[in-house]
Amino acid sequence: MTTPADLTAVTEPSPDERQFDDLIAADSRIEPRDWMPDAYRKTLVRQISQHAHSEIIGMQPEANWITRAPSLKRKAILMAKVQDEAGHGLYLYSAAQTLGTPRDEMTEALIAGKARYSSIFNYPTPTWADMGAIGWLVDGAAICNQVPLCRASYGPYGRAMVRICKEESFHQRQGFEILLELMRGTDAQRAMAQDAVDRWYWPALQMFGPPDDASPNSAQSMAWNIKRFSNDELRQRFVSMLVPQAEVLGVTLPDPKLRLDEETGQYEMSEIDWTEFNEVLAGRGPMNAQRLQRRRDAHEDGAWVREAAAEYARKQAAAREVAA
Amino acid sequence: MDELTLSDELAGAGGVATTDVAEYALWLGDDALILSQQLGWWISRAPELEEDVALGNIALDLIGHARSLLHYAGTASGRTEDDLAYWRTEPEFRSAWLFEQPNGDFGHTIARQLVASVYLFELYSRLRASSDATLAAIAEKSLKEVDYHRDHAVQWILRLAGGTDESRRRITVALADVWPYVDELFRDEPLIDRLEGVAVRPSTLRPAFDDVIVGVLSEAGLQTPAGFIASGGGRRGSHFTTMGYLLAELQVLARQHPGASW
Repeated sequence: MTTPADLTAVTEPSPDERQFDDLIAADSRIEPRDWMPDAYRKTLVRQISQHAHSEIIGMQPEANWITRAPSLKRKAILMAKVQDEAGHGLYLYSAAQTLGTPRDEMTEALIAGKARYSSIFNYPTPTWADMGAIGWLVDGAAICNQVPLCRASYGPYGRAMVRICKEESFHQRQGFEILLELMRGTDAQRAMAQDAVDRWYWPALQMFGPPDDASPNSAQSMAWNIKRFSNDELRQRFVSMLVPQAEVLGVTLPDPKLRLDEETGQYEMSEIDWTEFNEVLAGRGPMNAQRLQRRRDAHEDGAWVREAAAEYARKQAAAREVAA
Repeated sequence: MDELTLSDELAGAGGVATTDVAEYALWLGDDALILSQQLGWWISRAPELEEDVALGNIALDLIGHARSLLHYAGTASGRTEDDLAYWRTEPEFRSAWLFEQPNGDFGHTIARQLVASVYLFELYSRLRASSDATLAAIAEKSLKEVDYHRDHAVQWILRLAGGTDESRRRITVALADVWPYVDELFRDEPLIDRLEGVAVRPSTLRPAFDDVIVGVLSEAGLQTPAGFIASGGGRRGSHFTTMGYLLAELQVLARQHPGASW
């Protein structure tokens, strides 16, 4: 038989827990040395490492056009952009490391195919216009997702996101500009731009994740102030940003049902094809195998270099010790 | 990102190159363009993320140099940097064979970087005193960047030579593979005689180059490679065997859409 006193012993939060709850309630930041519930730590590691992996895998679709960019200015901008993505991966791995997970472990999980990254990067980039569509749609969706993360309760993550968001918004403008230039160009360039928008629009909308009623992790993340808006809210926000921009570009968004409901202020849209999303998520997208293989190859081909650097550092440290 | 836009000074505002100066600017601009094209390949394929960033930075600096130099070269003939990069044929390029050597493994890329960056550092140091104001300004800006490229290459030579047996074996092979292409960099072509005070006489750079290289290799415990000297010929439009493939990739999209702007 359980007495009320026993119940209190089980449910009463510890001082650590109370402090954590108070910080969350006050919308303050949790820092690496603060106590945090295991589930909070686990959720963050999962989210931050997935984000880092997405930056790293996300370099590939665009790197595909570095050597073929059609002008020197575009080549320079594209190189800078893909390089920024490597930098974002580095900040994010560092943020995840503050939670006690080493970078090597995250890298191993990625190349072993055990870690997730954003499914969007499993689509191919057959034309130059894809560089525009990725910037405008994929980076645009990423910004909608990421701006609220600048206020995420975990300090190192929020701060990394501030820096990342600044660069992402630059990337998005570059993508828009690529498409604008194409739409002002020849018939072949305009067709290339529209084709890329047709291919990237739906996958970009899927980046916000499943509808709210089918998103299992969202509620807890919102309670912990990691996530601030629901998937569907963010998706709406994104579409309402795209519609006027598409008009400026002169491209057609490939959804015949897309329409603003004047009463609610919300956009009505066609059903998203989640079957395709789930196929790509399950590893059966057009480029899943190639993306992982390329990362694995770079990792394996570079192993001798990393071993050399580690061995050299070890010898240098040993020599310093002898000298001292 | 502002650096990606050419400043007026570097774009040679008001300065129009003579035919000979333009030819010399093509030597330098093509070397930078071809090396940038090669290094750009590494972004997303480097041995560690830090190197994706570092090699990307170097490639970006080099494309900046190439744009300034090609822009200036184009002023002699009313052509843009893109006309020159995308619409010249292989024999019209002026790059030296060193820059055209394939990436190979990371060791080969680093060996090529060592030679390229030490050469470019000595070249730009002296070109700052050129009587041609545009070339002098480009050299001034590029020198700081090339200094960093040189440091990057030297650090890796030391790590690879002093790391594992495997890394030492690989960097030794790589240096030997790259060395035949060193000589061409220091050859005085007839063009140089016509550009007294404007161009840097390549042969005068050799002693300083050798001093630095000997210093680095001896610190790394490596021998200066010996062996054959490649014919070269890039300054006269005769290129290394892989150049056609490199240009095909560089130019393919631009050439599918003549007259288009991007």
